[in-house]
Amino acid sequence: MNDMTAMDKTMEQQKTKIAAKGVDVHYGEAHAIKDVNVEIEDKTVTAFIGPSGCGKSTFLRCLNRMNDTIDICKVTGDILLDGEDIYDKRVDPVQLRAKVGMVFQKPNPFPKSIYDNVAYGPRIHGLAKNKAELDEIVEKSLRRGAIWDEVKDRLDKPGTGLSGGQQQRLCIARAVATEPEVLLMDEPCSALDPIATAQVEELIDELRSRYSVVIVTHSMQQAARVSQKTAFFHLGNLVEFGPTGQIFTNPEDPRTESYITGRIG
Amino acid sequence: MPLLWLVLILLALSVAGFFLGRQRALASAGGNSKDLHSLPSYYGHNVALTGLVPALGVLAIWLLAQPLFIESRVSSLIPEEAIPESSTLGLVMSDVRRVAEGLDLAVSEGVMTPEQARNMRSEFSDVRGRLGEIGVALGSDVRPEVLNAAQSYRNLSNTGTTAMIFVVALIAAVGFAYSYSKTHKDFRARNVVEQGIMALLILAASLAILTTIGIVLSMFFETINFFSLHSWTDFFFGGTWAPNFRGDSELSILPLLWGTLYISVIALLVAVPIGLFAAIYLSEYANNAVRSFAKPLLEILAGIPTIVYGLFALLTVGPALVRFFGQGENGILGVEWMSGATSVLTAGVVMGIMLIPFVSSLSDDIINAVPQAMRDGSLGLGATKSETIRQVVMPAALPGIVGAVLLAASRAIGETMIVVMGAGAIAKFSANPLESMTTITTRIVSQLTGDTDFASPETLVAFALGLTLFVLTLGLNVLALAIVRKYREQYD
Repeated sequence: MNDMTAMDKTMEQQKTKIAAKGVDVHYGEAHAIKDVNVEIEDKTVTAFIGPSGCGKSTFLRCLNRMNDTIDICKVTGDILLDGEDIYDKRVDPVQLRAKVGMVFQKPNPFPKSIYDNVAYGPRIHGLAKNKAELDEIVEKSLRRGAIWDEVKDRLDKPGTGLSGGQQQRLCIARAVATEPEVLLMDEPCSALDPIATAQVEELIDELRSRYSVVIVTHSMQQAARVSQKTAFFHLGNLVEFGPTGQIFTNPEDPRTESYITGRIG
Repeated sequence: MPLLWLVLILLALSVAGFFLGRQRALASAGGNSKDLHSLPSYYGHNVALTGLVPALGVLAIWLLAQPLFIESRVSSLIPEEAIPESSTLGLVMSDVRRVAEGLDLAVSEGVMTPEQARNMRSEFSDVRGRLGEIGVALGSDVRPEVLNAAQSYRNLSNTGTTAMIFVVALIAAVGFAYSYSKTHKDFRARNVVEQGIMALLILAASLAILTTIGIVLSMFFETINFFSLHSWTDFFFGGTWAPNFRGDSELSILPLLWGTLYISVIALLVAVPIGLFAAIYLSEYANNAVRSFAKPLLEILAGIPTIVYGLFALLTVGPALVRFFGQGENGILGVEWMSGATSVLTAGVVMGIMLIPFVSSLSDDIINAVPQAMRDGSLGLGATKSETIRQVVMPAALPGIVGAVLLAASRAIGETMIVVMGAGAIAKFSANPLESMTTITTRIVSQLTGDTDFASPETLVAFALGLTLFVLTLGLNVLALAIVRKYREQYD
């Protein structure tokens, strides 16, 4: 296992990027998230693990207010981004989402050209003054998405024509293009084959140098491989949160141990 | 009457066949239904259907073919000189049928014996008077040829009916006997019944297709008749629509086509933006409460008969437009551009209102078919709702929406009632939307319901117009379907 490599990673202390305090989420009658407190650090990969339906994706979607698009979903508690409450009335969710980008479970490129997919965010936020600047942003983003070499000759071809792994890296490049500060990834590799997964994991490790990355995953090996911090969710509760190495080798809570050793979940 | 009895007897036989077949199958397996190849009821159905279906099929064909056969036999009995100056063979034949039916009625009421009816001679008795007594009114005295023909008509149809009953009963009996004798525990009844059901479904599907072909062919042959009487260059390339009774009518489709397309374009200009925006609101913005009452409400609009829209055009929209664009000093704009309530604009606007629910419900389905992942992707990048709709949802849904618009266009082109009441009846080329114009559909109605001779080009032109309209809407539908199909391939 790769547990030891994760623990060996330098664990220098980073400043807190997102702080959640007493967060509860209700879907109508259902209580999906129960009093979650967590501090997510800058320039760190944080993994959320846990069995299906434990609320880890729901909590992830709270961090950029994607749950606002669901009518019956109600979020209470405080989530602070750089010390500012993102659920404050004065905060515009649209601006927030530009700062907190998101990559989804299934690759979802728009039915547009590869270039337009990446240029989408910069265009709506007015990040480029002219075509040359936009070209530059697109190239830089595709390079950061580790897909530039594969698509540079066919930027005008539809993004939907790429393979699954390429589509997902295109989506990561698209998210990176808006210059976010935090990147949320909701099971980004669950629809990919092992080779594409390895490419995306390598990419996540590179992204850590610039962004705070939060990744939801079903694969414990993946969490151990890519993350420095791990949070274990169970039935809507945050059971345990700590350095990845510690969670996987020496968990404090018996539920965490049962899950990691395969007895629950 | 014997026909009804025949069918009832066949049905009763097939019910009996069902139980007998099931019985025999069970008996062959010694009462243990597990030893049978199929469920016991399949054996019953096999016997019932094998007896019933071929018999009913022959009965149906016989009933269709017998009148045609008798007609041709009897009409050859009527000599050329027996047809009066002002009449035709068809009219004489309808006299023959009336006399034959009158004789049938007289026999069944007991006024005449069958022998009297068969041997009656118009030279010796007053046929018209005697039939008049039982309520069969004839226009003139019955001439000997007609009476002769009527009597042989009766003879033939009596013989035919007897033969039919015999043949049908024979086929049913053979069918029952054959399938009953085949019923055995190893017989694969389920497979036979399965094939029978498939045959039934194929029959239904081919009837629908054959009817379509029949409609097209009937129009096609009349259209050929029309073009043999009238030059096709005038029809397709002439500039005037002016039917008259003198025989030198100018029958050109172009002014009508212009009116049709002009009104349709106005209707689409009304229906497409309103319908599309309504669909976007309903599928993207409205919450469940609004959606649950607004959508059915919009669809009620689709259930209103077009004649009611026609009344709306004639009584409300037309006069309102006149108050706006007409009446000189008394009008709202103080202009004198519009004199009557019927105009291209009136019909177009009302037709547009009619098409709103059509466009909106089709577009709504298409917008809902765009995967939520597309919206999430865009919202997750910090796009607003309307940016998401404009730049992601609409481009993804566009081919489907174009398909919906083309379907709406072919409905607009085929619409009749609103145009009759809202657009007027003057065929002309004009770009002024406040003038009366007319369309292909309304001209078809007026040419066919007029009192000109059916064989004249003025009437037959209706078929040429109808066929052109058919080709036009078929083309639009094919185009729409092709676009929708292309759209479907984009996801999945």
